[in-house]
Amino acid sequence: MQAFTTLDGLVVPLDRANVDTDAIIPKQFLKSIKRAGFGPNLFDEWRYLDHGEPGMDPATRRPNPEFVLNFPRYKGASVLLARDNFGCGSSREHAPWALEDYGIRAIIAPSYADIFYNNCFKNGILPIVLDAAVVDRLFRECEASEGYQLKVDLDKQTVTTPGGEVLKFDVDGGRKHRLLNGLDDIGLTLLQADKIKAYEERRKLEAPWLFNA
Amino acid sequence: MPGLTLFEKLWDAHVVHVEADGTTLLYIDRHLVHEVTSPQAFEGLKLAHRTPRRTDAAIAVPDHNVPTTDRSQGIADPISRLQVETLDANCAEFGITEFRMDDVRQGIVHVIGPEEGLTLPGMTVVCGDSHTSTHGAFGALAFGIGTSEVEHVLATQCLWQKPSKTMLVKVEGELGKGVTAKDIALAIIGEIGTAGGTGYALEFGGSAIRALTMEGRMTLCNMAIEAGARAGMVAVDRTTIDYVKGRPYSPRGAAWDQAVAWWNTLHSDADAVFDRVVELDAAKIEPQVTWGTSPEMVTTVGGRVPDPAKAPSEVKRHDWTRALEYMGLAAGTPIAEIPVDKVFIGSCTNSRIEDLREAAAVAKGRKVAPNVKLAMVVPGSGLVKQQAEAEGLDTIFVEAGFEWREPGCSMCLAMNADRLEPGERCASTSNRNFEGRQGQGGRTHLVSPAMAAAAACAGHFVDVRKF
Repeated sequence: MQAFTTLDGLVVPLDRANVDTDAIIPKQFLKSIKRAGFGPNLFDEWRYLDHGEPGMDPATRRPNPEFVLNFPRYKGASVLLARDNFGCGSSREHAPWALEDYGIRAIIAPSYADIFYNNCFKNGILPIVLDAAVVDRLFRECEASEGYQLKVDLDKQTVTTPGGEVLKFDVDGGRKHRLLNGLDDIGLTLLQADKIKAYEERRKLEAPWLFNA
Repeated sequence: MPGLTLFEKLWDAHVVHVEADGTTLLYIDRHLVHEVTSPQAFEGLKLAHRTPRRTDAAIAVPDHNVPTTDRSQGIADPISRLQVETLDANCAEFGITEFRMDDVRQGIVHVIGPEEGLTLPGMTVVCGDSHTSTHGAFGALAFGIGTSEVEHVLATQCLWQKPSKTMLVKVEGELGKGVTAKDIALAIIGEIGTAGGTGYALEFGGSAIRALTMEGRMTLCNMAIEAGARAGMVAVDRTTIDYVKGRPYSPRGAAWDQAVAWWNTLHSDADAVFDRVVELDAAKIEPQVTWGTSPEMVTTVGGRVPDPAKAPSEVKRHDWTRALEYMGLAAGTPIAEIPVDKVFIGSCTNSRIEDLREAAAVAKGRKVAPNVKLAMVVPGSGLVKQQAEAEGLDTIFVEAGFEWREPGCSMCLAMNADRLEPGERCASTSNRNFEGRQGQGGRTHLVSPAMAAAAACAGHFVDVRKF
């Protein structure tokens, strides 16, 4: 996994609450057996006027000029500003894969759905929670000022606005450590192999029906 | 010291290791695998030269991409076909049991787990699918995970977790006739919202929940994720144990007695403390119909499409306006005057035998209305289909003008060929009414199986209690 340390990125505002993972990456693209290449289909049904299917050349598609990702001023954005309950719905990790493939490395929202939030950390994306009133203000600032960028520092747990305002955010210590260092979860877990084995030995006696190979 | 909640008991029984900050390595007893969220996990294992830690804990089934029409020619869509073939190949390579598309036990992963006794009380159950919450109906800790965690569970049989907060949703009293577990689920979501359960594990309790069958409890726990909760659960009781007994993967003999002794402790203690308690009066719950693009946008069948001008906040006013525009509905329209184009009875929420019986009881002797282009019934598994046919339910449906299909996820999320066309309106027994969920531009209204069958025959939503 790629590490996340700091980011100074252009912000794109997606002003909708309850954005679900079906909207982030529609189901027809979930048929892929690969992890990469979902970026062109991020928010497919909102982003294009024609119906998207896997394998289509994005250059031949009809972009929806009214969708915020298609505004020229937000081209190259790496910070997504969002509303409450972002990423609700299905557990598809294709959602963070699509965001990451598109170039989004940090999300700022008042709240996230649990599974999506967790999936972001497995893919080098930092989902930042800020107070709803603060997020609301960032939306106004971003919309008012073309080229609006935010600086994110994971180690210091801060977001800095162009005006120099420093906003603190919380993040779980373990997740922060893994994201800062781009660590592989499985490798870390296997350091506990003795404890897993001991647990299994004990459970085989307590609950043998759980081991019915 | 206060007693323990069911969640705490299940959690404590699965702790392998705790880090200083409380992050816990939790042991996973059952891993359900399907074709959509597993290929990248198997690929990850291969790239790292790893193998599954316990093949006996995993079980796989293709469900999202499978056709619900004649399967003798295989899957027509080459991309869907490749995904299912990839699952077949991965399971064969790693030695994981799979119920393939031609196996009578094949079906929706959340239907076959309980049906086969693969889901048992006290287990931790995970699957790369958010509706894994379904299995909590058995007094299990069950939740959906992403593909990275699918790989993690395959490799280590564990997951890193932090304990959730706990919420008791207490439903007391008796449900009215024609009111089902689906209506309870939608009423709860209407009450607490789609993010109301975020960060919580929900436990459903109270006399109305005790009175539900296992299938009703599964419907309810299935929808916990639509309230934002990764896990929903119901305490073990006689109903649970009777359901589990004698299933192919259930314990037998001495192991059964040993299991039951533990299972009987799997309920929240009387003095357990929850972080939040929500109470609903069962008698006041009426048949529910969603009107928008989020499950919390729900009202009763006697209600009307709400007016965004009366929304409680600016953000909600914006959402409601957008939703009504997408749904092609005007504020103030009575729900019972909304016509439907298609009807879908199926999904991991409502495709079990009792759901089909409920729908058939309404369809019996009636005909699908002429304005309804397609009414389809998709059983949750091959065994549910077999049982329904043994009871003659297929004949009732077919005589009424419904299509009787092969098992799978089907039009709940339209990954196979079953879908809505742009602008089509559907009465659906599934779980999500998101934009485009059942097909781009499709308009979904979530209802119970009986309400869906009634809508099919009336051609519009109708109160099944008066139908």
